[in-house]
Amino acid sequence: MSLFKLAVGSAAGLALMAGAAFAEPALMYDLGGKFDKSFNEAAFNGAKRWGEDTGNSYREIEVTAEAQRVQFATRLAEGGFNPIVVLGFQNAATIEEVAPKYPDTKFAIIDVNWLDFPNVRQISFAEHEGSYLVGMLAAMASETDTVGFIGGMDVPLIRHFACGYAQGAKAVNPDINVVANMTGTTPAAWNDPVKGGELTKAQISQGADVVYAAAGGTGVGVLQAAADADILSIGVDSNQNYLHPGEVLTSMLKRVDNAVYDVFEKGVEGFEAGVTVMGLGNDGVGYALDEHNASLISDDMKAAVDTARQQIIDGELNVVAYYENDSCPALDF
Amino acid sequence: MDFGTLLQILDTTVRLATPLLFACLAGLVSERAGIFDIGLEGKLLAAAFFSAAFAAVTGSVWVGLLAGILASLALSLIHGLASITFRGNQLISGVAINFLAAGLTVLIAQSWFQQGGRTPSLADDARFQEITLPFADAFSGLPYIGQSYSELFSGHSLLVYVGFLTVPLVWWVLFRTRFGLRLRAVGENPAAVDTAGVSVVRLRYAAVMICGVLCGLGGIYLATGLQAGFVKDMSSGRGFIALAALIFAKWRPWYALFACLLFGFFQALSFRPDVVETVTTVAIPGQLLDALPYILTVVILAGFVGKAVPPRAGGEPYVKER
Repeated sequence: MSLFKLAVGSAAGLALMAGAAFAEPALMYDLGGKFDKSFNEAAFNGAKRWGEDTGNSYREIEVTAEAQRVQFATRLAEGGFNPIVVLGFQNAATIEEVAPKYPDTKFAIIDVNWLDFPNVRQISFAEHEGSYLVGMLAAMASETDTVGFIGGMDVPLIRHFACGYAQGAKAVNPDINVVANMTGTTPAAWNDPVKGGELTKAQISQGADVVYAAAGGTGVGVLQAAADADILSIGVDSNQNYLHPGEVLTSMLKRVDNAVYDVFEKGVEGFEAGVTVMGLGNDGVGYALDEHNASLISDDMKAAVDTARQQIIDGELNVVAYYENDSCPALDF
Repeated sequence: MDFGTLLQILDTTVRLATPLLFACLAGLVSERAGIFDIGLEGKLLAAAFFSAAFAAVTGSVWVGLLAGILASLALSLIHGLASITFRGNQLISGVAINFLAAGLTVLIAQSWFQQGGRTPSLADDARFQEITLPFADAFSGLPYIGQSYSELFSGHSLLVYVGFLTVPLVWWVLFRTRFGLRLRAVGENPAAVDTAGVSVVRLRYAAVMICGVLCGLGGIYLATGLQAGFVKDMSSGRGFIALAALIFAKWRPWYALFACLLFGFFQALSFRPDVVETVTTVAIPGQLLDALPYILTVVILAGFVGKAVPPRAGGEPYVKER
């Protein structure tokens, strides 16, 4: 048996060396799937764009169960794919297990920044900076001086979104009232559009006329209820402006596609281990402006947001991250 | 808290109670006939998906309504086949239906629409629109009564009114008709019904079919009334809360109405922590309000408040003496 393992191992090693010169990159999606209209789909779009631009091919694989994580990552590494992009913080343990075994393979993981391996690049996003900008837009668009936030599951990442949003809204109007609700405390909170819609109606009755949804599938219900009530909403992760043209103020973009594109583009030679933070400066986060919301964002609003964006990039303006001390200066939870 | 806020919370209560009410009455009819139904959740989900899918494809909410009811009926038939004809374990069959619905809906949605297991958003014609009752606008100026009429009673979709009318209907059928008497008897003592020359199997199938139609309406309301489309797992446990409500209501239709309204009210309150805080002067976490239905059910089951006695022959397949 051990002889067999050795044989397989050396065969894989040979394949790896043979492939090193012209290795194909690979992408491993997280649970949620390739077409989730959000996080994973953004990664898919980045990989697709790279394929179209360069004419090269890449391999992709969808994890559909927890047990497949290590199995699939190992299979990609054995197959000589290089670099391998793995999505989602839940795969941190996968990388910890697989990366040391394949020191010649380059790995990149999205939404993780606490690992330490010489062949792993970690990419995290400054969601609070993007949320700050959409918070400013919300406050400027609001006529009632009340804006809403609806999160999915109550986890630090979502509070991080809410905190940036509240800081942005208060920067425009210090007296603004920010109403924040979380959908739930279990993973079911990511897929409860009915509750999202009712939370939106409850926030509307408290005076909110712009509602920001950072809630996965629940957000669909938030955007729908907002459109039904003729108030504005803000989408998240991917550009969701098209879902209800003219009624979605903007979307907070998390450019997972750019991150994937960048790793693929740099390939094995240009690979840099360590932590990369995708913020406003390197177009990692931002707000969406297209034909569906052009009439909602006035020139003044755009100018104000672009000024703030530049200030954040230059370091003149500091948006406090929720993670810094697990609390938010602009919002109580 | 002013009257307007109260009305808004009650309005939310009505909307959230309606899917619970349909599922609860569906379970009531089935369990009164001696067929336990854990699969309410799966039926809600299947009906929600098929109604949204057909409404999205055809653009007509009525086609969606039909498709949703048929989907729920199909699952009911499977449950009936397994637990009545083949005398299988009703709980296991129900659990299987939940898994089947959770997996199939996403799978079919993905291969049909390629939108990550959801249906496209429905246009206005493909949804149940809110109905404004006559004179609602004219009365809205009247304090209290007129306000309640125009804000609380008016402005819901058709299925909400159907749901509330189903309560007296189910009560009448179960307690005032021959069919209802036999149906209840089949849940208490099927041998006696059989001795009287009435088919136990046919009665139980009838109950399971009624359960399918009612549960289907609940799912359809989720996808085409409250929301505009299907998202995976969108029933998020409402079928189980309905079961809790059924036990809380001690298998009686009117009690079921109050149980569902109460559970809906707790959910509505959890959306307004600010109101709860001003009324009670202490901050009550929303999670506690969410959990209250389950806590109350456990209290009832433990026998602290009255006693919940299920139909005596519930859960047991009927075997004719040989």
